[in-house]
Order: sequence, then structure tokens, then C-alpha cells
Amino acid sequence: MNNRWNRRKTLVLWLVIAVVFLAAVCIGGLFCEDAARATDFSRKNIAPCLKYPFGTDWLGRDMFARTVRGLSISIIIGVCAATFSAVMAFILGVVSATMGKTADTIVTWIIDLVMGIPHMLLLILICVACGRGLKGVILGVALTHWTSLARLIRGEVLQLKEQIYIKTARKLGKSNLYIAMKHMAPHLLPQFIVGLVLLFPHAILHESGITFLGFGLSNEQPAIGIILSEAMKYLITGKWWLALFPGIMLVITVVCFYTTGENLRRLLDPASAHE
Amino acid sequence: MKLEVRDLSFWYEEKGRQILSQFSLSADSSERVGIIAPSGFGKTTLCKILSGYEMPQSGEVLLDGKTLKEYGTYCPVQMIWQHPEQAVNPRLRMKNVIEEGDRTDSELIEKLGIEPDWMNRFPTELSGGELQRFCIARALGQRTRFLLADEITTMLDLITQSQIWHFLIEETERRDIGMLVVSHNPELIGKVCTRIVELNK
Repeated sequence: MNNRWNRRKTLVLWLVIAVVFLAAVCIGGLFCEDAARATDFSRKNIAPCLKYPFGTDWLGRDMFARTVRGLSISIIIGVCAATFSAVMAFILGVVSATMGKTADTIVTWIIDLVMGIPHMLLLILICVACGRGLKGVILGVALTHWTSLARLIRGEVLQLKEQIYIKTARKLGKSNLYIAMKHMAPHLLPQFIVGLVLLFPHAILHESGITFLGFGLSNEQPAIGIILSEAMKYLITGKWWLALFPGIMLVITVVCFYTTGENLRRLLDPASAHE
Repeated sequence: MKLEVRDLSFWYEEKGRQILSQFSLSADSSERVGIIAPSGFGKTTLCKILSGYEMPQSGEVLLDGKTLKEYGTYCPVQMIWQHPEQAVNPRLRMKNVIEEGDRTDSELIEKLGIEPDWMNRFPTELSGGELQRFCIARALGQRTRFLLADEITTMLDLITQSQIWHFLIEETERRDIGMLVVSHNPELIGKVCTRIVELNK
């Protein structure tokens, strides 16, 4: 009892730091829109200094503004794609587990089908089919990433259905709705939220990847993938800051999302209540 | 009230082995019937069938001449499980577990020795005996007419066992609830029950 600073509080602290960082990037991105596009040839190719902490590029654009703007676009794409994906996974998972054998067979078959095709290939196909741009990337990432969460939810519901306490609740005269809300939701919600949050970094990395390869967003949008692929051309000439800082920021963002998900999972688990 | 089973036959499909064949039993709510049988003779299965968890392949379960389904959603025959930790949702606090019962008396909760402090805990923070008290309280709702006790005190120490059984005998006699007691322990059955039935193949 003496030591009030327990592991649980450390988790909350990291969670708050990660969320604040992500929120700051998102909000910062809104104000950087013009700054990220403004060119000024009087200040091109400046190495990182106090005025331009991330340096400037060959068109004299402030790399800090571009990085923040790029990340905020990535985060928005990540959030949209992950939410879309997770909701789809949830619905299909529950349908598969509760609507009988035929539904289960069909959903499982679709999951296997999507999983059988390499992510990147399917992603590129969907992006190209939708026309390059925001819509294609979001749809592509969402349609390729729902499978594992859907499997998880399906398994969880199937397992819950057989639990003695659920059967007992039924014998105590509880309705299906009551059982779903009171008994199943406390088990499914943490899985769902954590699954959702852990999808963000995936979505962001794939968005950057596909944009880097040239199938994603168009060149006018300073997404992180665009910044990185453009920077590649100038890396040889010694302008290391063009790729280094956006790259590091991307990694930090992904790590932040990951920490958020992991810490949420631990906080929502009553078994860890006394850590 | 009278709980009756006639010509009960049951087998689990996947195993293909017959557990119960042509089994009949009738118990009055004034009795406490003890059921004795070695492992694997279908004691738990019988309880599951009597409380409607499993459907028998043939035969029927009648309470006062009516099937259990006719009593509506709340099953008047309630079963208490051998492992209380499997019978409560690990994500619900104990007060929510108690709320599931059919308007459980606060007096009854007190008599079972459940302390108010336990109500805010999760199941993992209580011992097996403490959890079993909650399961008993939950099963003894207002509309419960028959109680099936499937090895409910096997894992408890003798003092707790005697507390629980004294409470159950008093409570079921007061409310005219019939009881079916399943146990490995002939001495316990001899002490608690008014009649003993042996389950044979």
C-alpha cells in the first residue's frame, strides 16, 4: 500500500503521452497545410537548424511543416481505414458465430480467401481499381485488414456461447439482448478496441508503403510516403535530413499507436487490476 | 411440488456411449434426494437434463405434470455447479452476479455469510467457497422450486461444508424447495438427505 506508483499508473501515463502526441500531430497538421506547400527558393536545401528543425528541401519547403502535415494525413487515413475495417470484422465475426452453420462456412471461406492473397498485391489492386487517391487507399487498407480481427471475434463469441455462466444466465430467464450486453460485451469490447487501435499502425505503414511505391496518394498531397519517396532521390546528394526526420516521426507515430493499444488491453483486463 | 423423470435415455453424440438408459425418478419438494454413483455414471448429466441444460434423446422431465418450458423463461429447477469459478462471468463484479438471480433476499445473502465488502470484487478476487455462496444465493431466487446440488461442497473445508449444508437444509425446508444432492461422499449424503438413490448402468 505504501507504493502508490504502481504499474497501472505507469500504463496510464504512457497511454496519455501517446494520445497527446497523436492528437498534437493531428491538430498541428490542420495549421500546417499552407506552410507545407509554400515554396521559397531563398531558403532551399538548408540543413537542420534552430529556425528549421527538420531542414528545408530542394524547393525551399519547411520539412517540419511537411512532416507534421504528412503524418496527420496518415493518421486520418489510419483511423478511417482501421475503424471501417474493425467494424466490418466485428459484424462478420458475430454473424459467423451466431447465425448458423451456412453463414459460418461462407464467412470463414471469405476470410481464408482474403488471407490467401498477399496483402500488398490486393492493396495495390484495390487502389488502382478505385483510382489513386484517398478513397482507394482507405478502402484498400480496410478491405485487406479485417480478417484476423474477424477471426478473433468469431472465436471469442463461439467460446463465450459455451460458457457455463452464459447458459446459467439463460436458465435464470435472461433475454438474448441482456446476455449480449451484460455478459458478452465486457469480453468482446476490449478485444474490439484493442484490435481497432492495433490496426492503426498497420494502416499507416501500408498507406506509406503503397504511396511510396507510387500507387497511393497523388504527389500534391504531402503524405509521409510521398515525402519519403521524393527524399530518396536527394539522399545520394547528402541531404540526409529529408528522409531521416520524416522516417523517425513515422516510426514514433506507429510506436505511439502500438503503446496505446497494448496499454489499453492491459488496463481493460481485470486480472491486471492489482498490478 | 413433484419433479419427475420418466424413461430417460441420453448419450452424447460424439462419444456414442450411452450415459443414461430408461432412467426414472420422482422427487417431492418435501424430500432431499441423494444420488450416489461412481464417476462417469452420468450424475452431472442427469442434473443438466433435469434443469434443462441438455435435452434427453428420449423421456421427459415434468414438474407438477408440466414440462420445464411451460414455466416460461425462468427455469424453476436451478442447478448449482461443481466449479463455481466457471459459473460466474470473470468480467462481472459480484453484485452484478447476485442481481442475476430472481429477486434474491438480502436476508438470504446475509445468512450465507456473504460479506458486503465482497460485492465490489471480481470473481478472481474470491476463493472457491466464497464464490460458491454467491452461486447458491443466485440459484435460490423467488421462483426456484427445485435445487440441484452437483458436488457443490467437494472442494471446501469441513467447517464451510457444514455451514453451507445447514443453511441449505433450513432454507429449502422453510420455502418448501425440493433438493437433489449429488455427491461421491456417502457420509455427507447420509447426513443431508432423506432418501438415497443409486445410479446404475
